[in-house]
Amino acid sequence: MPAFLTILSHWRRHPGQLATLILGLALATALWSGVQAINEEARQSYARAAGMLGANGYERLQMPGGGPVPLADYSALRRAGWQVSPVIRGELEADGETWRVMGVEPLTAPPDMLPNGGLQAGIDPGAFLGGPGQAFVADGAEIDPNGQFGLEFIPHPDIAPGLIVTDIGVAARLLDQTDPSFLILLPDQPAGLPDLASVTDLVRVEPQGGEDLSRLTDSFHLNLTAFGFLSFAVGLFIVHATIGLAFEQRRPVFRTLRAIGLPLSRLILVLLAEVTLLALLAGGLGVALGYLVAAALLPDVAGTLRNLYGAEIDGTLAFRPLWAGVGLGIALVGAWLSAAQALWQVARMPLLAPAQPRAWAIASARSTRLQAVAGVLLLAASGAAALVGTGLVMGFLCLGALLLGAALLLPGALSLALRGIGARLRGPLAEWVIADTRQQLPGLSLALMALLLALAANIGVSTMVGSFRLTFLGWLDQRLVAELYVTAADNEEAAEIRAFLAPLVDATLPIANAETRIGGQPVFVYGVVDHATYRDHWPLLETTPAVWDRVATGQVLLVNEQMARAQELSLGDGVDLAPGLSLPVGGVYSDYGNPTGQAIMSLDLLERHFAPVDQSRSAVRVDPEQRQDVIAALDAAFALPEGAVVDQQSVKQASIRVFEQTFRVTGALNILTLGVATFALLASLMTLSSMRLPQVAPLWALGQTRARLARIEVMKTLALVVLTGAVALPVGLALAWVLLAVVNVEAFGWRLPMQVFPLDWLRLLGLALLTSTLAAAYPAVGLLRTPPAHLLKVFSNER
Amino acid sequence: MLNVTDLTKTYASTEGPVDVLRAVSLGVTGGESVALTGESGSGKSTLLHLIGGLDRPDSGEIRFFGEEITALGDAARARLRRDRVGLVFQQFNLVPSLTVSQNIALQARLARRADAGWIAELTDRLGLTGLEARYPEQLSGGQQQRVAIGRTLANRPGLILADEPTGNLDEDTGDAVLALMLELAETTGAALIMATHSQRLARRFARRIHIRRGRLEAA
Amino acid sequence: MPDPDYRLSFPRDHGPHPDYRIEWWYLTATLQGADGRDYGVQWTLFRSALAPGEDEGWQSPQVWMGHAAVTSAGQHHYAERLARGGVGQAGVTAEPFRAFIDDWRMEGIDEMRLTARGDAFAYDLDLSAQGPLVLNGVEGYSVKSPDGQASHYFSQPFYEVTGTLTLPEGSVEVTGDGWLDREWSSQPLSEDQDGWDWFSLHFDSGARLMGFELRGAETAFSAATWIAPDGDATPFADGALRATPLETTVFEGREIPTTWRVELPARGVDVTVEALNPAAWMGVSFPYWEGPVRVSGSHSGRGYLEMTGY
Repeated sequence: MPAFLTILSHWRRHPGQLATLILGLALATALWSGVQAINEEARQSYARAAGMLGANGYERLQMPGGGPVPLADYSALRRAGWQVSPVIRGELEADGETWRVMGVEPLTAPPDMLPNGGLQAGIDPGAFLGGPGQAFVADGAEIDPNGQFGLEFIPHPDIAPGLIVTDIGVAARLLDQTDPSFLILLPDQPAGLPDLASVTDLVRVEPQGGEDLSRLTDSFHLNLTAFGFLSFAVGLFIVHATIGLAFEQRRPVFRTLRAIGLPLSRLILVLLAEVTLLALLAGGLGVALGYLVAAALLPDVAGTLRNLYGAEIDGTLAFRPLWAGVGLGIALVGAWLSAAQALWQVARMPLLAPAQPRAWAIASARSTRLQAVAGVLLLAASGAAALVGTGLVMGFLCLGALLLGAALLLPGALSLALRGIGARLRGPLAEWVIADTRQQLPGLSLALMALLLALAANIGVSTMVGSFRLTFLGWLDQRLVAELYVTAADNEEAAEIRAFLAPLVDATLPIANAETRIGGQPVFVYGVVDHATYRDHWPLLETTPAVWDRVATGQVLLVNEQMARAQELSLGDGVDLAPGLSLPVGGVYSDYGNPTGQAIMSLDLLERHFAPVDQSRSAVRVDPEQRQDVIAALDAAFALPEGAVVDQQSVKQASIRVFEQTFRVTGALNILTLGVATFALLASLMTLSSMRLPQVAPLWALGQTRARLARIEVMKTLALVVLTGAVALPVGLALAWVLLAVVNVEAFGWRLPMQVFPLDWLRLLGLALLTSTLAAAYPAVGLLRTPPAHLLKVFSNER
Repeated sequence: MLNVTDLTKTYASTEGPVDVLRAVSLGVTGGESVALTGESGSGKSTLLHLIGGLDRPDSGEIRFFGEEITALGDAARARLRRDRVGLVFQQFNLVPSLTVSQNIALQARLARRADAGWIAELTDRLGLTGLEARYPEQLSGGQQQRVAIGRTLANRPGLILADEPTGNLDEDTGDAVLALMLELAETTGAALIMATHSQRLARRFARRIHIRRGRLEAA
Repeated sequence: MPDPDYRLSFPRDHGPHPDYRIEWWYLTATLQGADGRDYGVQWTLFRSALAPGEDEGWQSPQVWMGHAAVTSAGQHHYAERLARGGVGQAGVTAEPFRAFIDDWRMEGIDEMRLTARGDAFAYDLDLSAQGPLVLNGVEGYSVKSPDGQASHYFSQPFYEVTGTLTLPEGSVEVTGDGWLDREWSSQPLSEDQDGWDWFSLHFDSGARLMGFELRGAETAFSAATWIAPDGDATPFADGALRATPLETTVFEGREIPTTWRVELPARGVDVTVEALNPAAWMGVSFPYWEGPVRVSGSHSGRGYLEMTGY
């Protein structure tokens, strides 16, 4: 215990160091566990969506034109022997919040549509079906405190937040709807039933499995994980630096403790206990911070997932003990890893050897060479992966090898650059600055590597997002040509609207589509009429001659890039669309932001081969000047609900909003990572500054002022940051290329042209310089304020 | 050349102020070599630091070639150190990131009076030939101190201040280093004040001054 | 509440009585196949009221449960259907008589069509009543316990059956005897009764015997109806009928008597009742045993046995 207290006393005298250590580890843990929390939350949501309330997991029967299924259709199906179960679904406003209501018929529904295995197992039929009724809500949900619904609300962990699961009778009452929203077709049907088509006109809809969802979103979560890991690695640099410093400063204490009889094993044990204690403290703080990070980012993540993949996850975060435990564990492992080197040195430290300044330069020259060789190998591996590899994991491997290789090469590259600069400079001070900077490199290289990673990630991701943005905006202009878009209640009303508008406008084009499966994947097939709107504007990536003529006459179809890539379709390849309908691919068009495959053919063919065809939407071409008149005429003639008529501008704005939200998380993580990297630089500089007195004191004794030396210290750091930035730029651009040409193609199914944004780089460099100046200024000011007596001690005291 | 008058310096300590120097006066002429002896803590290092402009006295006067230096600012005192004073400490005299030859030339170059011939001669006389490309940590203690002496003398200072320059060396090496320093000071006509607690070393000096509890006594 | 003074009236009482908690339309048939094998068929529609009365659409408090089974010495297939009232998925009308749940149907009383279907079986039978309806107990008021629990209970035990069974190995033409039980009540068992054993036996003499024993914690409560070939029915009160288990079969961890000695000394009946297939377990929401039996001893014949509460 006295040994432990002696060791700990160090921190009382160096509270700043303690703060750096705790904060560094906490930040690292926070970003990592924050990202994990987000991923875990999303996974839980998918699991809930896939496992529970499996309405999505079953085939459905729906009305051809949409809308509720008449109750008579339900009983007719049942009385024909078909095992179907009705669902009434809708939204309910309660105390200003919108709840999704899912009314299940427990006597006929598959058991997994209800919590606890349904009536077969945990639910009391009398209470669920009879009396005032019961409703299941998410754990911790607060609903209807005043009891206006007269229901017994039961919290249940399997229910997604925002959802109310109840008996269909209760749902019918709450939503004032008797006809089911749709019917679930049970997977097991009796033998010898009459043909479904002879019993009903309802259409079968394939199950919307949860597996597709998790496969699609995998890439996104992998992305987040990569960022989390990057941040964690950067954070460990900080911890490594501070632990190294604390150990370095306490060498005399260790020696004394051992000299007065503390066995080495005990000393190591005590130090290990210290690191563990600090890691638990910092880990706890980090987990708490991580929770905050996750809670702050989750709504954006939810938005991204909804926009990109149509995956519903909830925007609220649940605290999970397992997650917190893993966060603490990560902090512990990180701290032990960071302390390993320092502990090893303590273990090997001879009992009575004088304290020698570290042989930085010599020891590091060889490791710099080794690192450089490893870096070159990694870059080569990255290039190979980019050339020959396929698949998302390979894409990320390529990214990882690129970043790690560049980081390992950095110290060697900086050293070479400094030597090159040094060869051009004259003057003793300049020579000293260069020599000293090179000597400082090994101590700073970890922090500079962290900075390199953060800068490169920043450049890479912002180039990717920027390229995406420009391409997307251009594509929106091409794609959204019509001045107005009108949505009707059903196909009949849409036809009336088109007839009504025909004399008033230049053209009304039905937006007709049907959902089908091609090659086992869901595809939306659109039917178009022959019109200049398409010929002049549609964003075709590849095309065959006279393609729109041949689309109009039903000879070819167009597919979107996602579908072409997913199904490996080239121009001229045949696509089996429906029984008796196979068309060659006549062109491929870009379709950014859409998670599913899409094809375009002539409207005639679509109507002939697919049922049901949704034609409830129309695109209207009209002189922009007359837009308001047309809207007014529509309002007067039809009782269209709000939002049924939208103009081009609002559609574009909505699309852009969706786009911006999609990358908000990436941006936030980017900034956080850069912040952590700057902090790592600060920690490293502080570590070094206390070891730098012996380097600086002779210069001061030889007649350089402290102010000048402090200025030189800052300039040196900035020079290193600028050089690191120079290395980060090509690495970042390579990163962007991999993201655009490899990862995006795998993750989203589209490839984007890369564009560069030099102003962004300058801004980033400015930001990096600003933060580095702050980081370097702190130890420099310390040097400036060092009293001469302190500097003098260097020359006479034992270190 | 150097006139110190009524120099007083007090340091704060946990047991109240400690008078390190009490009204110390001393005159040194050009080319003179002076040994400053005393116990640890007697104030000899402080006196050297004040003379070198590394620290300021609480009161008193230091005139250097007639110029009063206690009144000078930080920058001016730094210039004084750079141009006219040579300092040799017990340890950490050298810049670790520079080679032997760079270290020797450093001060002279900073003062813009590097003389390649003189530096070469010094290197030779200090027995450092062949070690020019080494870094300080690759040298023995005696070699490091010889580099420090070389660096000091390369600048042809008017005054060399040495604070226990052989304190970290064994007796033989220390004697050799001291002999070199005395010889070279004489050669260049520089005054040398060396602080040491060793009476044996002090006997090698023409003039010896003892300091006890902050006061000078003739030895 | 069942009322001893209530007098049954038809066709009204073929229909449902939604104010009573529980009611059933229960048909069993012992059949002989063209393949020479013996078969049994069950068709049951239970009505259970979560609250008395009827309401519109999804708000109906009536819950319907259908059970159908085909049993032979080596096979036992059964199926269950659940439905709520009010939406046309299940229900009963008295005039014309129609009971249905999903595509299972019981239509007509004197001339009845009966269909049901499961994953592995189906049947389609025509039944023709060869005798009158029989009222059990006193004028159809059947007492179930010394505490006075009772039900309204009548039967049609004189059906002649022809039709087709569809089994996994193919279709079988069948003929035989059918028995319809109609019963409704609000408190079928008293608190200490945990189940019953119920027999419906067709003797080769043309006479029928309905008998049940309700197993109480202390004692059993029995009742019986002797039905002469011309339909003349004689009720017997508690104690006249004795049923003694002879052999048991273990099914899903429960020990179930599948061979019985049944005695009605007042009519000289002392028979052994033996399950055609001891594995005739109905593993439905509320599991029980139900299957065809062979009768030997003082009288010979066939019948159905139902055992609940094991």
